[in-house]
Amino acid sequence: MKYLILIYSNPMSREIWEGLSDDQRTVGFKSYAALNDDLRASGEMIVTEALADPSLAKRVTVREGRAMTTDGPYAEAKELLAGFYLIECESMERAIEHAARVPEAQLGLVEVRPVLDLSALEM
Amino acid sequence: MTATRQVEVLLRDLAPQVLGAVVRRYGGFDTCEDAVQEALVAAAVQWPTEGVPDNPKGWLITVASRRRIELWRRDAARQRREETVAALAQPAPVPPPGVDDTLTLLMLCCHPSLTQASQVALTLRAVGGLSTAEIARAYLVPEATVAQRISRAKQRIKTSGAEFTMPPEADRSDRMAAVLRVLYLIFNEGYTASSGEALHRVELTSEAIRLTRQLLARLPEDGEVAGLLALMLLTDARRPARTRPDGGLVPLAEQDREQWDAGAIAEGIALITRALASAPIGPYQLQAAIAAVHAEAAHAEDTDWWQILGLYELLHNIAPGPMVALNRIIAIAMVHGPREGLDRLAAAETDPALAGHHRVHAVRAHLLDMAGDREAARATYRLAARRTLSVPEQRYLESRAAQLPPPDRPRPGTDPDAGG
Repeated sequence: MKYLILIYSNPMSREIWEGLSDDQRTVGFKSYAALNDDLRASGEMIVTEALADPSLAKRVTVREGRAMTTDGPYAEAKELLAGFYLIECESMERAIEHAARVPEAQLGLVEVRPVLDLSALEM
Repeated sequence: MTATRQVEVLLRDLAPQVLGAVVRRYGGFDTCEDAVQEALVAAAVQWPTEGVPDNPKGWLITVASRRRIELWRRDAARQRREETVAALAQPAPVPPPGVDDTLTLLMLCCHPSLTQASQVALTLRAVGGLSTAEIARAYLVPEATVAQRISRAKQRIKTSGAEFTMPPEADRSDRMAAVLRVLYLIFNEGYTASSGEALHRVELTSEAIRLTRQLLARLPEDGEVAGLLALMLLTDARRPARTRPDGGLVPLAEQDREQWDAGAIAEGIALITRALASAPIGPYQLQAAIAAVHAEAAHAEDTDWWQILGLYELLHNIAPGPMVALNRIIAIAMVHGPREGLDRLAAAETDPALAGHHRVHAVRAHLLDMAGDREAARATYRLAARRTLSVPEQRYLESRAAQLPPPDRPRPGTDPDAGG
């Protein structure tokens, strides 16, 4: 089964991050590096990316065949997607174990979603 | 058959034999497996244009051996470590006569230190002769993911100290169960994919059938191996009838049975009949027997549900699980009526193994539909569609809901949520 682990940021988490010392940030980066290594080693990693700042995001709207963009969402929005992992593992429980290692999970900002697949049981 | 396809079939048959020979000569399962894989790739490129050599197995062993030595030199030069030399100095023991490498390989690939996904990937590559890219395509994951899975699996086997020999007698039945489970998973992955990238995945069902046939040829008296092969053949026989041209699913009861593969059904029924008469009963044999009862009914309404219910009772006793529990309830409903099925479902739902299982909603919707409770069936099909993890199943459940008329609009002044 594939699972998407979504990592959000909110004003509180951004404030905490900005208040961290270099050493404290290094601890955060190391947790990510260890998680990435473990997921690659176990063969469960499919892809992981961190997203650029939300101020660089564009919202796309198509009207009469023409694509128009607006800036945003803005940083004051309450929760913004900051990064994700797409993993493949045996169960939701296992996916949750991995998600719990994401530092943002300590702030309640990590979500696990099962991915729909093309399989179908005999009916 | 094209030249490329012919070569592919030949290479997949030879893969485990070549790997066995190279491991016995040089030792070191992990490096040998890489070397054999490279020899297979070289052959897949050269043979279709240059022709198949007179002794294809010998050619592969020679090329893989050369590669094995190169890989060892490279590692040795990089590491200069004593243990590498020591490892090379200990080739796998010479096989006692009559022992077959394919069986040894299957058991090694299904080593208990590996996750199921790794057992599957390693089995497909080392025993099935599939490339990492082919496995990745079949499982819709990136090649790097499969490559990691395989190399990590080989490392784990190495550190666990497992050798290229048959596991000790005491471990054999557990290991055999793991092998059958892996073959079953490979089959299921290919079979349950009903649309989209399905083309690549059909190959997984034929690969699983091929490997199970090889296993049965080595263990002809094993009832569970025969049962698994029968189950695969009887299930795969329905493939032509189970999808619509648009990729939508056709449930068993609505399939055009004329389209079923009569040859596969005859072979499956012969296998399971013989196994049931001669071997101790097991879960694969029971599932095959159930599939055989369905196969024997010319029309859905001719199905012998009493017999199916009896078989599910047995299966429920020896190998309980959520799917068996749900299928048993469907059989109860077919024999004793949908209301009885709904009562059993309500009772079974308190079992933690079943509570919250998404298939519970699909089964309830089906039973409500059978009972003629259209409104409740419609709502429950919708709920089941929201809770499933499968796209084709979602489409199927949505279409069932759409076939039932919507409930009457509430009269003005009544609150549909009030009461009840």
